[in-house]
Amino acid sequence: MTKTLVVYLMAMPDTPALAQAAVEAGADVVELGFPFSDPLADGPVIRRAGERALAAGMRTARCLEVLAETRSRVGVPLIPMTYSSIFDAYGWERLESDARAAGATSLIVADLPSDVRPELRRVQLVAPTSTDARLKLAADSTDGWLYLVTVTGTTGARAELAPSLAPLAQRVRAITGVPLYAGFGISTPEHARAAAELVDGIVVGSAAVAAAESGPAELSALVASLRAGLDAAG
Amino acid sequence: MSSYGEYGGRYVPETLIPALDELESAWASLRDDDAFHAELHGLRTNYAGRPTPLTRVERFAPDQRIYLKREDLMHTGSHKLNNALGQALIAQRLGKHRIIAETGAGQHGVATATVCARFGLECIVYMGSEDIRRQAPNVERMKLLGAEVRPVEFGTRTLKEATSEAIRDWIANVETTYYLIGSCVGPAPYPEIVRELQRVIGREAREQFIDAEGRLPEAVVACVGGGSNAIGMFYDFIPDEDVRLIGVEAAGAASLSSGRSGVLHGARSSLLADEDGQIMDAHSISAGLDYPGVGPEHAYLRDTGRAEYLTCTDDEAVAAFHRLCETEGIVPALESSHALARALDCGSELVAVCLSGRGDKDLAEVLAQ
Repeated sequence: MTKTLVVYLMAMPDTPALAQAAVEAGADVVELGFPFSDPLADGPVIRRAGERALAAGMRTARCLEVLAETRSRVGVPLIPMTYSSIFDAYGWERLESDARAAGATSLIVADLPSDVRPELRRVQLVAPTSTDARLKLAADSTDGWLYLVTVTGTTGARAELAPSLAPLAQRVRAITGVPLYAGFGISTPEHARAAAELVDGIVVGSAAVAAAESGPAELSALVASLRAGLDAAG
Repeated sequence: MSSYGEYGGRYVPETLIPALDELESAWASLRDDDAFHAELHGLRTNYAGRPTPLTRVERFAPDQRIYLKREDLMHTGSHKLNNALGQALIAQRLGKHRIIAETGAGQHGVATATVCARFGLECIVYMGSEDIRRQAPNVERMKLLGAEVRPVEFGTRTLKEATSEAIRDWIANVETTYYLIGSCVGPAPYPEIVRELQRVIGREAREQFIDAEGRLPEAVVACVGGGSNAIGMFYDFIPDEDVRLIGVEAAGAASLSSGRSGVLHGARSSLLADEDGQIMDAHSISAGLDYPGVGPEHAYLRDTGRAEYLTCTDDEAVAAFHRLCETEGIVPALESSHALARALDCGSELVAVCLSGRGDKDLAEVLAQ
């Protein structure tokens, strides 16, 4: 079965064009980061991208416009990813509703554990530290697929695919049939290929953000190489 | 209790939830554990130097009866040790030997480095590079005590960023590491743990005030950054409905007086944030108050009207600093000087002020004014 490639991009004025380039190069889903001043789950690459986005005026209303522009260019699922403070300020229900109206397929809130505000339909995250009870809670409430955080740590490229992914994937498989996509630390075709043996898809964040800063051509090349890595998996 | 009205909660990445559950469960058994309290009491008495005195300051406030709760006289020079001692015992019970902490003024970093030296624990303290510059003596003390001080070089380079970086370290090392948070902020159960460990301030002050005056104070005053000395000073006075509880924020870091609700560092509280929920910079001469958030319980006490929150400018704090030095021979921390300034003009005559720390660390900053 074909594995799913999720690409994360920080919301910027040029993101619709970048998202289109990523999709044309083989991305199946695009996550759109709505920047937050204090992103606890993010490593240096996404943190700096967030600082630049805020400096460029990418506040919530502008991010929603970029989401809508991206939706007009690509047909794949689009998933805003942000932090609780953004929702809390905009209004939880209002942001969910406005994001869906602008073309969001689902949502991800990096600092909102699955038992908090369960009424917000979203892709839930689980981590190597999650207990089986929490894996089940997240799997039962997740929206479409479950986000497996491969590492105990923040976002950012690593040299190797985290050894903690395999046991986590095995534990989650025993609990749920929902698709499992792994992210955090996945940046190369080799990582993609290795992860594809364990899960149904991968999320590439920091590496995509770094490539996107160099332009659509670099992003396309990265996405195509990741696509090839995924497709090469048995 | 994991929330305070609409405030508090656990807004953290999933990775941390099992560690918070483990902490909550350990705390639930320890808070009623006689052996834990006996050990803590022994340390407070024989190591930290409690109870701290309550000092009448007649020359500082000739027209009032103001008393200072002398947390500046405790070992390490501030109330922060109350919390660090208790949490070090919790870390030991959890079997965690690597301790991380954030610090602003350096008082919590020094307290944490102290307890880590005392118990033989590894200690890493995150501190904004701007705070490292303006609180140099405390940086030297932490190093002397064997702690590693990691400068945080991004954003405002102050306490907000140091806290974020400590939480990121915790996310990456949660299986081996205890996060010894320094104020009544952060995800549940931290605000409650810190309050319970700081309650000793108000418990002692209440008894001492009654001994001195034969009655309760009209007002209890404490400075508020994250709010740990204030919540500790206030808590046992909350049932005394006639006692005013007055928290004093730095005018440029007034999360309660001019903030709005939002989410920062794992909890929903009152914050300096813009209308989009982006956290704004705080500005204060006092590194310990230079924080855009505040403990969720303070937001609750404000909303319910039980406590009132006032502000104090840098200049007013510096003036109160000098006045206490010159009239009483006591060098207060700049943080505590905010409480001193408002104690003088709060309109109450019988006042208990939490002198949360001593000001040796602030000499360079004050003399540069």
